[in-house]
Amino acid sequence: MSQPANAKQVAAMSTTIATPALAPTAAMPRSPAQLALRRFLHRPVAVAGLAVIVLFIGVAIFAPLIAPYDPIATSWTAIRKAPSLAHWMGTDENGRDVLSRVIFGARASLLAGVVSVLIAAGIGVPAGLLAGFAGGWTDVVLSRIVDAMLACPFLILAIALAAFLGPDLTNAMIAIGVSTAPRFMRVTRAATLDASSNEYVEAARAIGNPAWRIAVRHVLPNIVPPIMVQGTLAIAAAIIAEASLSFLGLGQQPPDPSWGSMLNSAQRFLSQAPWLAVFPGLGIFLAVLSFNLVGDGLRDALDPRGR
Amino acid sequence: MRGFLGTRIAQIIPTLLLVSVLVFCLQQLMPGDPALVMAGEERGDPQVLAQIRAELWLDRPLPVQYLHWMGNVLQGNLGYSWRIRQPVSQLILEKLPVTLQLGTMAFAIAVLIGVPAGIVAAVQRNRFWDYVANAIGLAGLSTPTFWLGIMLILLVSVDLGWLPPSGYVSLAEDWRQSLATTIMPAFVLGNAIAAILMRHTRSAMLTVLDQDYVRTARAKGLREFVVVLRHALRNALIPVVTLGALELGTLFSGAVLTEQVFSIPGFGKMIVDAVFNRDYPVVQGVVLVTAFLYVMLNLLADVLYVVINPRLRGA
Repeated sequence: MSQPANAKQVAAMSTTIATPALAPTAAMPRSPAQLALRRFLHRPVAVAGLAVIVLFIGVAIFAPLIAPYDPIATSWTAIRKAPSLAHWMGTDENGRDVLSRVIFGARASLLAGVVSVLIAAGIGVPAGLLAGFAGGWTDVVLSRIVDAMLACPFLILAIALAAFLGPDLTNAMIAIGVSTAPRFMRVTRAATLDASSNEYVEAARAIGNPAWRIAVRHVLPNIVPPIMVQGTLAIAAAIIAEASLSFLGLGQQPPDPSWGSMLNSAQRFLSQAPWLAVFPGLGIFLAVLSFNLVGDGLRDALDPRGR
Repeated sequence: MRGFLGTRIAQIIPTLLLVSVLVFCLQQLMPGDPALVMAGEERGDPQVLAQIRAELWLDRPLPVQYLHWMGNVLQGNLGYSWRIRQPVSQLILEKLPVTLQLGTMAFAIAVLIGVPAGIVAAVQRNRFWDYVANAIGLAGLSTPTFWLGIMLILLVSVDLGWLPPSGYVSLAEDWRQSLATTIMPAFVLGNAIAAILMRHTRSAMLTVLDQDYVRTARAKGLREFVVVLRHALRNALIPVVTLGALELGTLFSGAVLTEQVFSIPGFGKMIVDAVFNRDYPVVQGVVLVTAFLYVMLNLLADVLYVVINPRLRGA
């Protein structure tokens, strides 16, 4: 917001007209990626979101060092204790420390978020690239399959897949990944169609490059920004989806902690131990909010015209 | 209009066919033999297993199985529940009105919150109320439905004792009790959609507020609320209708969790119960009917889009 209008216009132009003729010079020293990074860093909420994500990743990696107790060790003398100095977030119905379970729960949630999105991108990006670049019947068939998958509401499809595959975290990640893949395919296809009309693609074709090489070497690197935005927002959705599946009993299985399964058991003790429901939910909320903030920030930074 | 409708219907037929293939293929993901699951304690008896396989056409090639299943689906036969031995279509018809009531209330709440919030955010662009609306919208998008439900039960039912924490009473039975049991779940379900509608409305209003005819309306001295509500909103709502319809999927997905949290015996709770009872025909039936409803409601939204958009009406 603080940038002068002409600076914004220059930034927009340099991202949209990125041709070899406009290679960095003294007058225009920054690449589109550098300009996007600069715009991203000028958005304090997006940077705050990124900081929280880094914090969550740190917590997930160093969970065994940070957690004050063993997350699955039960204690019959500490059942449903309210938050105190000994147990900052209280204890659950089996006397387990809630803080330690929330810390270890971050592992399941972040892992599910990232792995599901990698699965989704692994299916959706090549399919979208193929549909957008090959066109014709390939595009028609792939697009109809995507339409059919998108017609099944995301969570219902994920529940059905998880149900048929069997309830555990790995299957939940596969189910979420497969259900998310059509969104990646749509975004990639649209970006590929857009990029394919550029002159550098024509030039690559004219010098006799095979189609697969043009798609992978010339088109793919130029459609990374929208895929990155989709990926960040999809991680947020995948974290909620994993928590939802675990809440329904189709994700992480007890006694291993997961924010969703912790909320499931907390439901039975709402009046006696409300803290059991507060902290895991806050964990999901903060993680999802952070990824959404970063996703929005990336979108604005990579496509300033959409602001 | 007829041409448009014909084209849209022609487009959705292959989609629905592919949905049916997808739903049919779900059963193939199941580990082990479905006949063993169905046979229960008689799984050791080869005669019983052979009989079940013959009844379910499991002893035929996959394409033949699909055609048989699809033939039944087209006649309204979605198979029988393995657990309670009732037709799946009958079970769905029993539960669907509950979810439709919840969904309709949720969508109404989402529109009542999301559209005005989007208008305020657009009119107050880059000012305090825009930031507030955006912050609340983002928080709404980031809050898991089931956690919001649990928190509201804690506050409204456990602490304040204002509304029942769970259960369902039908409208026909007692409309006051029905509203009391569904208003909180409907709010929870509508919350995420309200946030999305807010974003769509804000974006559409910002585009429209920059148009010449809005400037003209202002220039001829009309009051701001007349310009915003009568001139800008009418056109801004056109894309919101289609984009809002896409959120019906969010509504169906959210209903599964909301019904679980508030113990509402609807469509969503039925699929979860079916999953745990390994009642796969019910799971398949729910996915198929949900996808069908979603496609049909989107078709309706597309038709509505043409009807309310004067520029497309004559096309």
